[in-house]
Amino acid sequence: MIYADNAATTKMSQTAIEAMLPYMQDCYANPSSLYTAGQEARDAVEAARETVARCIGAEPREIIFTSGGSEADNQALLTAAAIGKKAGKRHIVSDAIEHHAVLHTLKKLEQDGFDVTYLPVDGSGIVKAEDVSAALRDDTCLVTIMYANNEIGTIQPIAEIGRLCRERGVLFHTDAVQAIGHLSIDVQDTQIDMLSASAHKFRGPKGVGFLYVKKGIRPAVLIEGGAQERGRRAGTENVPGIVATAAALEEAVSAIATTAPAITAMRDRIIDGLSAIPHSALSGDRMCRLPGNIHLCFEGIEGEALLLLLDQKGIAASSGSACTSGSLDPSHVLLAIGRPHDVAHGSLRLTIDETLTEKEADCIVQAVKDTVSYLRGFSPIWRDLCEGKAAFIL
Amino acid sequence: MALYSETVMDHFLNPRNVGTIEDADGVGQVGNARCGDIMKMYLKIDDDGIITDVKFETFGCGSAIASSSMATTMIKGRPVAEAAALTNKAVAEALDGLPDYKMHCSVLAEEAIKSALEDYYAKHPDKRKE
Repeated sequence: MIYADNAATTKMSQTAIEAMLPYMQDCYANPSSLYTAGQEARDAVEAARETVARCIGAEPREIIFTSGGSEADNQALLTAAAIGKKAGKRHIVSDAIEHHAVLHTLKKLEQDGFDVTYLPVDGSGIVKAEDVSAALRDDTCLVTIMYANNEIGTIQPIAEIGRLCRERGVLFHTDAVQAIGHLSIDVQDTQIDMLSASAHKFRGPKGVGFLYVKKGIRPAVLIEGGAQERGRRAGTENVPGIVATAAALEEAVSAIATTAPAITAMRDRIIDGLSAIPHSALSGDRMCRLPGNIHLCFEGIEGEALLLLLDQKGIAASSGSACTSGSLDPSHVLLAIGRPHDVAHGSLRLTIDETLTEKEADCIVQAVKDTVSYLRGFSPIWRDLCEGKAAFIL
Repeated sequence: MALYSETVMDHFLNPRNVGTIEDADGVGQVGNARCGDIMKMYLKIDDDGIITDVKFETFGCGSAIASSSMATTMIKGRPVAEAAALTNKAVAEALDGLPDYKMHCSVLAEEAIKSALEDYYAKHPDKRKE
C-alpha cells in the first residue's frame, strides 16, 4: 500500500512504540499511587510533559494531556468562554474553515448566548490578519484560528494574529493538530495563549493529545472526578500514550529541518504532475502550505469513485466529496474557498510523509491521471463540458 | 466489514453497458451535479417494445455507478412495461444491499430508466399504452 493519508492519521514511529511498551509491561502502576512503581509512572508522565513543553517553547505546567485534539479544542474554547462570561464578554472570532471540533463547540456556545464571527477566507484559504483585527470588539473574549488546515493544508498568519490579539488583550487559541510536528512552532514567538495538538498526527498513538494553556489562564474543567493534571482534567493518565506522545513529538520536531524540505520537494513533484491533468485546480495556497499536503479538484468526476479506484491500485487517499462523508454537501472548507458544489465533489487529498519515495510519488501521479481519465470517460457532465453544452469552471 | 457488498464492487469496477447509443429511442438524465450524482440512460427499443440495448453514463460515487450498471442488466432484453416497473428496491436487492445513506443511488437508477422511457413515449406517442 502507498499510504497518502497522513492527515487522517500516521503510522506510529518505532521510537514512540518502544517508548510506550515499558509502561504497559513493567511500569504499569497508577501515577496517583504512593508506592515506588506508582511514582515511577508519575515521573514518566512529568518527564513527558517537560519534553512536550520544550518542543513548543512552553513550560511543563502549561501542558494538559487530553484524549486528543478534539478534547483539547473543546477545553480551549470552553476555557475562554468561561473567562469571557465572567467578564461579560460573549463575542468570539473564528473562521469558516475550522475543524468541526471547533465549529461544533462554537455552535454550542452560540446556543448558550455567545456571538461568533466567522471570518471568510480568501481563495487559497487564508484568514487575513486585518480581518481579525477589524472583527475584534470590546466584548471579544477569544480568537480561535487554526494553525494549518486539515483539508487544503493552508497555513495561517498565526504570528501576526497572535501579536494583534496580545496587543488588544484578547485570548488567542489555535488548533495546531495538523501543524505540530510538521512545522516549527514556538508559542512565545507566535504569542499563542492556547494550542491544541493530537499525537497520532505526528506518529504518536491515537487517543492522546494535549492542550497548551498559558500560565495565568485558568482552564475550564471538562472531565471531573480526580486531581489528575493538577485538577484540570480528571481520569487516570494514559501513561503509555503520554510517554509515546513525547517521544514521537521530540523525534518529529528534531527532524523537521531535514524532513520538511524533503517532503515539500516531493509534494511539489506530485502537485506539478497532477496539475498537468486538464481542468484541474490546486486547492489551498501554493506557498503557505503544509509540507505534506496535496489537494486538487478535478472537474467532471466524483471523489468517492476516485478513492475507491485508487484503493484498488493500492493507494490510500482522501476526498472532501459529500459521498465520502455521508452528508449531501461537500466539504465546508472547499465551499468556503469558493469552489462550486459540482467541482468540490471531485476533490482529492493526498497527505504524504518522508517515507514516500520518488517512485511511489510518480506511481501516484500516474494512477490519478489514469483514474480521472477513466471516470471522465463515462461522466455525462464531462461529455456536456467537452461538447460545449456546459462551461468549464476549472 | 467492507463499505460495499462484493456485487456492488463488481459492478463498480466492471460496469456493464457503459457508453452511449447514437440513435437511441429514449434518453433520460436525472440528478444534478450540485448533489454529486448524475445518471444518463440510453435505450434502444424495437417495434415489439423490447429493450434491445441499453447504455449508461454516470457522474457519481461507487454505488451510483454500480446502481446504474445493475439497473441496465435488469432491463436489457426485457419489455418496456417491465422496465417501467423496476423499483429502486429491486436494484438495491440485486446489488446485495446498499448502505442506508446510499439508497438514493438506486432511486436515481429507477428514475433514470423512467425518464428515458418518458422520452421514448414522447418520441413514439403511439407506443404509449395506458
